[in-house]
Amino acid sequence: MSEKHFDELHVLHELKHYLPSQQALKDFIHHNSLHAFQHMKFYDAIFKASKIFGFQVHLQLQEYRDMYTTGRIREDVLQMVIANKKGMDVIDEWKRKLISKSYDTINHPRIGQLRKQWKDIYHLDLDNKVHPLLFRILCGFLDQGIAIESFPVVSKPFIESIKEMEQNSFVSFFKTKAIKRKFLSGHYSIEELLKTIVGKEEYFEQYLFDQQFAHHGWSGLVSAVEDNPQTLLDRKQITLKELLEFELLLELDALHHELGNKWQPLANHVNVLPIDLFADVAKTEFAEVTEIWQDAFEWSYYDSVLKGISMSGEKRTAINNKSLGNHSPGDNVFISLQAIFCIDEREDSIRRHIEAVDKSAETFGAPGFFGVEFYFQQQGSKFYDKLCPAPVTPKYLIKESDAKSIRKDELIYTKHTHGILSGFFLSISFGFWAFVKKIQMLFFPKMSPAISNAYGHMDKQSALSIENKSPGDIENGLQIGYTLDEMMTRAEGFIRGIGLIKNFAPIIYIVAHGSSSANNPHHGAHDCGACSGRPGATNARVMAFILNHKKIRERLAAKGIVIPEGTQFIGAMHDTAADVIDYYDENTLSTDSAQLHLLNKQDFETALNLNAKERSRRFASIDTKQELEHVRKAIHSRSVSLFEPRPELGHGTNTLAIIGRRQISKGLFLDRRAFLNSYDYTTDPDGTILAGVMRPIGLVCGGINLEYYFSRVDNIKMGAGTKLPHNVMGLFGVANSSDGDLRPGLPWQMIEVHDPVRLLVIVEHRPDIVLKAIKSSPEVFEWYNNEWVHIAALHPIEKQFYYFKNGAFSKYETITGAGDIKTIHNMEEFIEGAKEMETNHIVHATEENLPVYLLD
Amino acid sequence: MNQLLVLFIAIPFLAFLVSLFWQNKSEKAIGRIVRFTKVLYMLVSVSFAVWWIWNGLKPVSYHLATLYQTEHFVFAVELYYDEITAVFSIVGALLFFLVATFSKYYMHRDEGYKRFFNTILLFAAGYNFIILSGNFETLFIGWEIKGVCSFLLIAFYRNRYLPVKNAFKAISYYRTSDVALMLAMWMMHHLTHQNITFAELGEAKQMALQTANTGMAIFIVCMIILPAAIKSAQFPFTTWLPRAMEGPTSSSAIFYGSLSVHIGVFLLLRTHPFWEDMLWAKVAIIIIGAITAIVATLIARVQPTVKTQIAYSSAAQIGLMFIEVAVGWHWLVLVHFAGNAFLRTYQLLVSPSVLNYLVHHQYFHYILPTQKPVSKIKSSLYMLGIKEWNLDAMMFAYLWNPFKWIGKQFRFLQSNVFIIVLTVTGLGFLSLGYINQNISSALGGALPIILMSIALAVILFAFSFRQSALKAWIYLLTAHLFIIAAVLFNAAHINSIEIIFYVTGVLVAFFLGYYCLQKIKAIDNDISLNQFHGYVYEQETTGLLFLFAVIGMLGFPVTVAFIGIDVLFTYVQSSQPVLIALMALCLLFIELSAFRILLRIFFGPHKKLSHPVAFRSS
Repeated sequence: MSEKHFDELHVLHELKHYLPSQQALKDFIHHNSLHAFQHMKFYDAIFKASKIFGFQVHLQLQEYRDMYTTGRIREDVLQMVIANKKGMDVIDEWKRKLISKSYDTINHPRIGQLRKQWKDIYHLDLDNKVHPLLFRILCGFLDQGIAIESFPVVSKPFIESIKEMEQNSFVSFFKTKAIKRKFLSGHYSIEELLKTIVGKEEYFEQYLFDQQFAHHGWSGLVSAVEDNPQTLLDRKQITLKELLEFELLLELDALHHELGNKWQPLANHVNVLPIDLFADVAKTEFAEVTEIWQDAFEWSYYDSVLKGISMSGEKRTAINNKSLGNHSPGDNVFISLQAIFCIDEREDSIRRHIEAVDKSAETFGAPGFFGVEFYFQQQGSKFYDKLCPAPVTPKYLIKESDAKSIRKDELIYTKHTHGILSGFFLSISFGFWAFVKKIQMLFFPKMSPAISNAYGHMDKQSALSIENKSPGDIENGLQIGYTLDEMMTRAEGFIRGIGLIKNFAPIIYIVAHGSSSANNPHHGAHDCGACSGRPGATNARVMAFILNHKKIRERLAAKGIVIPEGTQFIGAMHDTAADVIDYYDENTLSTDSAQLHLLNKQDFETALNLNAKERSRRFASIDTKQELEHVRKAIHSRSVSLFEPRPELGHGTNTLAIIGRRQISKGLFLDRRAFLNSYDYTTDPDGTILAGVMRPIGLVCGGINLEYYFSRVDNIKMGAGTKLPHNVMGLFGVANSSDGDLRPGLPWQMIEVHDPVRLLVIVEHRPDIVLKAIKSSPEVFEWYNNEWVHIAALHPIEKQFYYFKNGAFSKYETITGAGDIKTIHNMEEFIEGAKEMETNHIVHATEENLPVYLLD
Repeated sequence: MNQLLVLFIAIPFLAFLVSLFWQNKSEKAIGRIVRFTKVLYMLVSVSFAVWWIWNGLKPVSYHLATLYQTEHFVFAVELYYDEITAVFSIVGALLFFLVATFSKYYMHRDEGYKRFFNTILLFAAGYNFIILSGNFETLFIGWEIKGVCSFLLIAFYRNRYLPVKNAFKAISYYRTSDVALMLAMWMMHHLTHQNITFAELGEAKQMALQTANTGMAIFIVCMIILPAAIKSAQFPFTTWLPRAMEGPTSSSAIFYGSLSVHIGVFLLLRTHPFWEDMLWAKVAIIIIGAITAIVATLIARVQPTVKTQIAYSSAAQIGLMFIEVAVGWHWLVLVHFAGNAFLRTYQLLVSPSVLNYLVHHQYFHYILPTQKPVSKIKSSLYMLGIKEWNLDAMMFAYLWNPFKWIGKQFRFLQSNVFIIVLTVTGLGFLSLGYINQNISSALGGALPIILMSIALAVILFAFSFRQSALKAWIYLLTAHLFIIAAVLFNAAHINSIEIIFYVTGVLVAFFLGYYCLQKIKAIDNDISLNQFHGYVYEQETTGLLFLFAVIGMLGFPVTVAFIGIDVLFTYVQSSQPVLIALMALCLLFIELSAFRILLRIFFGPHKKLSHPVAFRSS
């Protein structure tokens, strides 16, 4: 890199682009951890990110090799991948490289090389001198309510607040008077400070990157708060620019204090040229080897899934042909109940169990905000919650009223325990009560205000302002409720999207999901991703209300969607941790429906028992072979146990997204690894609906998948590490100790079952239609074209798979033998017989993830 | 029944030994051992208390063993049980039971599952050694065990930088308290000319008054208050406590929320008969307690992180306990201790849920803040609180840095010639001193001081040394030679067996450590102390062996050097303040230097970047 002019705005922009973009933890929204590199092809992007920041971006070579030895990476798939990438004639050569050649796997990142010279030259650990105080000040300023004495200056920007404190205090954050004076005078700029500290302009950008990525958690949060102030309820004004200025001042202060006048700008000592952090990375043979291994790992599973889908399709056709004499398929079949779940892969199993318990039940999958986007205000709450995918900005507000239950306080969090005298009296009295509470917490865990309750988000008995009363009904710029027209668009879009436009059951359940967990700062990551990390019960109720609305029914009928008068929609919510389903507005059911509902509820209960059993196979604390009710109780208990760092396993193991009719996935055991989005290609021959269906898939499912991927392969740098030592900082994040950097990403306990493979999206439609749908917007297309997400089309007529590669779909022939896909005859026995991981090392962990099976 | 007291120590210690034999993945087996232990421990603790109450609350003592005896020195393990022990024992057993149960689930599949339970079992044994101790020697065994366990749990996530840094910080405070306690024992020995038990402390005080040795008594009391204040995180040592919260939440809860941090209060309660009539001592304790209570509360009020807030509030309450002990309200102290221990353990255990709870609270109770006038006092107190009253920086600026600076002045020692010269001279003096102990008188008693000063210089040099770890390790051995020589020249007569105890212990530890370092050196020939190498990542067993070498080298109760070191002390007379001060500094810094070698070579981020290695700031 030659002489380079320092452009402050440009560098700030670049920094913001590359910093982690995680919001406050209460708004946990999954996203691609390497979103900054998404404009590049997957492999090029990850190797580049790795070289710049030192991330581990794939499994370690030995881990791939071990999985090959255990058979988890298949020999035939490996050969296929090599053949596709390198050609048939070099298979043996590359196999040798993959299996036995030794590579230098040590990765020296570009970041940090310049700034570490302070230590080499002056034996001065600048991080040690600056970080602890800087983090404390930032945490104190941004704190949302842990401190009893909050930051004294409110509602002023960061630098101004600090300035006011400095002017008005006997003490100072600065150690030297000179720098304090400089700070108070305001006569400084980033460029001027860099000139003093670094010296030569061509090093400025590199220095700032080194500095900010030495604490990427804090910088990322500051940047997120700057862009999205509403992520903190108690809003704070802070910008990355202010952070840079303040940190440079603190560095200058430390340099003055430690070295006096005996130092020169850093660049005066450096005899290497500045590094261009973002220069292209040459592809190494090791990178090529890794690519082949990763592809082989992915296709070892994908190929069997595709084979499974074909086989279950053939089986279905055979059965249909046999029974064709009785009635034509699809029409006038008796359907006892219909249930629409979120596409979330955790709902795969409960849907399977419901269909097994009640053979005439039908289930659907739709993104869990159920087509209605709005802000929700819980009764008594001073804030709104966004209940729709994160990028959407709703214009509507739905308010809760007539709530019956009031949330109780929990004495243990009283701030009085931190006073001198109140602390004294509370410790000699309440201290002993705390002992009793501890016994209760350990041996009789139950729901309490300390626990994040999925159902606490909205009162069961409350009323919602769903229908707009008058156009003037506006609060803070948001319209309260939807008008009839607005309801109609959403209702039609929703049911057309999932293809539910005929054959309605008497009761149709719209089942949202949420998750209860205790002692879990990451609880938002377990809730519904399509509802911005919140439980989706309100959305289910709203959509049920709209679809029950008489006038909406009339309008739908006018458009050819006739919902029988007796059919009723009802909202419900599945607690994915506790395995509980609760129902809303049951009193609106007609007498006949109410009776049916009672029966259905029993089916749901049985399905939940089975679901709990299936989940329990991964929990060492539960004996899967117990009575169903016991297992269910134990599962429920986990969700309210403060000592349980894994109330549930979240999205761990997610791998697939199947977009099509239920029948293509119904005959398969997918081990809770597939996002299932209902879509009926027969109702959408030209793919207009499909474009809408595909819009959130990359962002929501791909985002979840990639966050799990990166948190899995490098839990230490891109994940949050083990959650056991986490310390809650200011109610917006976690760090490892009192002086640590914030830890974005997912904790170890959430990802240990996850196989780091990219998402494979399978769409049931003609390849040309699918191509048109994903090309409908450049943001959507980027996910697939740059290979961050795989996509295959299942041609409904040819029954043939087409895989998308280099801009086009081409035929994909599966290589898995029919004999390799086994059939499950007895689900309960099968679950009991499943193997539990020996340790959580990837080679063992991945053996807990079951291959695809056909269902009997 | 008295001999049953042994069970308190034997149960967790045996469980610790058994638990060593399992692998990390044998969670079920380890779980069974822990379950069995926690139940048995609680049963013994409660039933013994019931028996003791039934028998009229009379103190119970038991002479367990005499480890070593000469005409001038007895090393005996004495156990003692009274109301103080009863409360500390029951609270300890209950909390151990609860936290062990909690951790069984919480620690599931952690890479350090086994290590965690090994350490807390050993900790339980050490804790019981302390609270059941009948004399200073026994208490000291527990004191050191507990210190090492604490260190291991703070550095539990040993391949990250911050836990390692903070573990070193904690161990440097702890070792200061250890040395202070050794000095108290040393002076007590000279005061009473026997190894007195805690039951006899009242008599010892009388003796001091009768013989007008108030100076000695004052020294002893100071050397009791200092370790008590350090271990209970009192002013000005408070800042190690929030930094110790590096391990899993459950270990922070039992150590720094409850049992470990109250041990200073225990020491004061236990030694109360000795200083109860000394007004100045009571005033000093009250002042320390009061300052801590106020300052720690002021710091706690502005802490924006949940664990540091609890740490400072707990320290503040312990400050109040110091006052209560000094005033003599012992039952109140015991109640306060139990309540505070239960409360803080619980608060720490549920601390992660504070996020969910308080965010919800915010939803319903948030009031838009309005700017109130910020007084100069208020903003000053806020800023001081955020800066933790500069206590952390001050400790390092005034305590450790001067010694590091001194060490750097001895840079000339680093040439290989000097090592040889030093070792030969050391050996020469050692044999000379052994053969003829009368030489010292000829030099007017200056020789021991000179030799001890050389030892200290070598140690401080090793403490600031940045190059080869192997070399630093050899310096520490050389320093030992000079220490022994100094003691030999100082003593009129010395038992060979005592020297042999010491020397064999040190040599065994030295060679073990030497072997470990050589093994690491063979890997990539770089074992400089300039950076962290993190070799425990690939050389776990070597790391463990080196840990044993380190604590053995320092006279921890793993080799016979442990007895030797205590005996050596007795050869320094109470009238030799310079010599004893030098010796105390030697023992303090020899440990810090050895731990520094351990941490730099085996702990911290692994230097080979072929796998995910933590960012320094995480």
